[in-house]
Amino acid sequence: MAKSIDVSDVNIYYGDFKAVEGVNMTIKAKAVTAFIGPSGCGKSTFLRTLNRMHEVIPGARVEGKITVSGQDLYDPAVDPVEVRRMVGMVFQRPNPFPTMSIYDNVLAGNKLNAKRMKKAEADEIVEKSLRGANLWNEVKDRLGKPGMGLSGGQQQRLCIARAIAVEPQVLLMDEPCSALDPISTAAIEDLIHELKDRYTIVIVTHNMQQAARVSDDTGFFNLKAAGQPGHLVEFNPTKKMFTNPDSESTEAYISGRFG
Amino acid sequence: MTTFDTIESERLYSGRLPAYAPYLVLLIAFAASGLLALLLGWGIVPFVIVGGLIAVVGMPAWSAVVENRRAATDRLVTSVIWAAFAVTLVPLVWLIWVVISKGVPAIDLSFLTHDMVQRLDPATGKLVAGGGLEHALIGTLLVTLGAVVISVPIGLFTAIYLVEYGKRNRIAKVVTFLVDVMTGIPSIVAGLFGLALFTLIFGVGTRMGIMGSIALSLLMIPTVVRSGEEMMRLVPDDLREASYALGVPKWRTIVKVVIPTALGGIVTGIMLAISRVIGETAPLLVAVGAAEAVNSNLFSGRMMTLPVFIMTQYSTATPQGYARAWGGALILIVIVMVLNLAARIISKIFAPKTGR
Amino acid sequence: MSTTPPDLETEEPLIQGPYAGVKFGRGDKAFSTVALASGVTILVTLAAVFVFLFIKGLPGFTADPEIFKPSSDSFWGYVGRLLFGTTFAAIIALLIAVPFSFALALFISHYAPRRIATPVAYVIDLLAAVPSVVFGLWGARTLAVSSQPVQRWFDHNLGWLPFFKGPASATGRTILIAGVVLAIMCIPIITAICREVFSQTPRLNEEAALALGATRWEMVRYAVFPHSRSGMVAAVMLGLGRALGETMAVSMVMSSTPIITLNMISSTNSATIASNIAANYKAEDNRIQTVLLATGLVLFLFTFLVNFVARYVAGRGERGQR
Repeated sequence: MAKSIDVSDVNIYYGDFKAVEGVNMTIKAKAVTAFIGPSGCGKSTFLRTLNRMHEVIPGARVEGKITVSGQDLYDPAVDPVEVRRMVGMVFQRPNPFPTMSIYDNVLAGNKLNAKRMKKAEADEIVEKSLRGANLWNEVKDRLGKPGMGLSGGQQQRLCIARAIAVEPQVLLMDEPCSALDPISTAAIEDLIHELKDRYTIVIVTHNMQQAARVSDDTGFFNLKAAGQPGHLVEFNPTKKMFTNPDSESTEAYISGRFG
Repeated sequence: MTTFDTIESERLYSGRLPAYAPYLVLLIAFAASGLLALLLGWGIVPFVIVGGLIAVVGMPAWSAVVENRRAATDRLVTSVIWAAFAVTLVPLVWLIWVVISKGVPAIDLSFLTHDMVQRLDPATGKLVAGGGLEHALIGTLLVTLGAVVISVPIGLFTAIYLVEYGKRNRIAKVVTFLVDVMTGIPSIVAGLFGLALFTLIFGVGTRMGIMGSIALSLLMIPTVVRSGEEMMRLVPDDLREASYALGVPKWRTIVKVVIPTALGGIVTGIMLAISRVIGETAPLLVAVGAAEAVNSNLFSGRMMTLPVFIMTQYSTATPQGYARAWGGALILIVIVMVLNLAARIISKIFAPKTGR
Repeated sequence: MSTTPPDLETEEPLIQGPYAGVKFGRGDKAFSTVALASGVTILVTLAAVFVFLFIKGLPGFTADPEIFKPSSDSFWGYVGRLLFGTTFAAIIALLIAVPFSFALALFISHYAPRRIATPVAYVIDLLAAVPSVVFGLWGARTLAVSSQPVQRWFDHNLGWLPFFKGPASATGRTILIAGVVLAIMCIPIITAICREVFSQTPRLNEEAALALGATRWEMVRYAVFPHSRSGMVAAVMLGLGRALGETMAVSMVMSSTPIITLNMISSTNSATIASNIAANYKAEDNRIQTVLLATGLVLFLFTFLVNFVARYVAGRGERGQR
């Protein structure tokens, strides 16, 4: 059920300012695609256009075409709310809902949408999602406790469980480990490996080792110059990218000579 | 900027008063004042005033001798500020003490369960007023409830508009400005509005509880909007994004995520707003009037409310009237304080959890 | 209200015909409309307050001069006298309240140990919560009576000043006492705002002053006050707004007539607009009702002006700091 994403000629604007220019790529189904690049190059902004989350920011708009398994995300008849159900997202900082228990946090996507379900069905979703996020064994005895009481890494895995509970086809992750310690980061990375059997995963990261460890394909974003829009420099299988990149600037960035 | 005087001496420990100096000065000042009081037969008030004055003057004087002019000025200001603090406590303590000492004897069960209608006393065969404030309690409850029912939805939805939809557009700016203007409406003007509105529709002489509710909501709405706005802005955008990313429409995000997260603050704000309007007198006096009997219909006829009860009992200028006024005042203060305290406790319990 | 989402378990096409997006859009649309409507209600209400007072009060501006007698012979003379009383009482209140409020705010923000400052701030907030009718009762029945000796002393020793010309009122219920009660009601407002403003002084400025060898008072004078000036002005203006509009505390404490007198301790006192309304709103004469509404309109505009200036000053200060 995971789906591939085709991106053609995407430009992103904030008001009059062109933030990202001319992106073309094909994101493979059931694989992990990583976006790397210096700060402010538009990789997070681009990630958000994949589930129309950029529309939350006033003045942001997109030109071009993004299709998920042949369906245009930006067709006027498409409800962004539907898009977000199909393309889930995990954020930079763990953000469980403070008013909800662990159990309710996992079910948030269903409950907030007033979906009625039986207790047994709900229990099943919770267990399946928490197991899917490698969190079940740690929290199964305290499902009624507030989600804010968990550690940072556990909170982030709770957020992943929450995202997969609504059975999306694609999972976007915006620097999911940047607020976590190394041990929690390792746990999340293991999880990403497991999740890719079932989902198409796109991850933005600042950490090149992480990109090399978890991803199958990598896209390198860069700015042409300060004040210029960001653009996709290179999109290649991760192995090639980290051993024999096409572009010089990619090599410079990966080897740490700039950025 | 002025340059500070250079210190003549280079020794760090040149002329400095000991740490206990202020206490010593206080002790000496009040001892001196006490001596004078004993000799001249003063009461407690001149004793405290003279003692305080001696202390306020004595401290900088001593400092001027031992330390320097700048230090003396500093000591003077410090003494004056402490004195100002002490003086401001006087009316508060005095007021609370008077209300309690005069109010407690006036309150008993019959005070709470009777209205002021005159009835024939079978024992004496004379007409006797009920002598209680049951009707005022019921009236205050209903009128305030009416105000809450009107102002909470309007206030909250306005706050939602300002925070979630209006993102600083023109309408939002105008509404913010008008809410500021509303904060400054004199309460009696709010009462006149209620009166003018209803006399225009129902004719001269109309008095209803709901008129008071409308007048009070005019005073309540700005507080509700302000606190609601403040609290919803405190909800991190992370949570809204998390909800949108789960495919939750905006309005459900507001109802199920933003409001529950801000609930403690919102409820606190509403309770503080209630505690503010529940003691309002002028608008109710003008718009609702006064009554002797229980009237539990907000939409017909005059109603008694607690503040107006205090006011009318006071203006009878009889010993019984004064006693009832003090009794009413004590009950009103207790209600207001309980609301305030409850608001604070709620805000403590629901304080934004910062755990991460 | 409730919209049932499509079954998430089964894989459905993203686009479900031309109305796919409308289901959720409708809930959002309705909700945002209600929110906007509430905002507009406030707008309309405030306009209504103005319009109603205007419609009902307008005839008062040109009312028969007969009804203003004996105190004056025209509406403007009448309202002028009331405005004088309103302002006079408010000025007395502010003269007392402002120094105390500043001192108290400094006490809480810079002078008192933390252990004392927090409860004091709380107590001051409680003072703000005491209903005005209780202040009025206390002012008239307790403060006025107890202050008689002081007022008599003013009469005897300062009688050469127009303010204390006397003869001292036998009940003590004078505009001076009304002013004191108003002052006590204003102190919490002014203190609360000033305390906020004082404590927002950048620590760097304060530490710079202390590091230069300034005493605490010099630090306050050269670092805290300049930074807080506009906030302090705004606080005083908001206190003034409260004092101008207060009704019960004034009308219960003193009996008054629309006259102009500077004498603060006699038994004839200048009425304020608000207390005058409270005293006469029961009048049978419809023309008097109209005149009272007209004076209410004047009061509204007057306090609006004061609040507006306060906000302008505060806003300018904020901009100046950035």
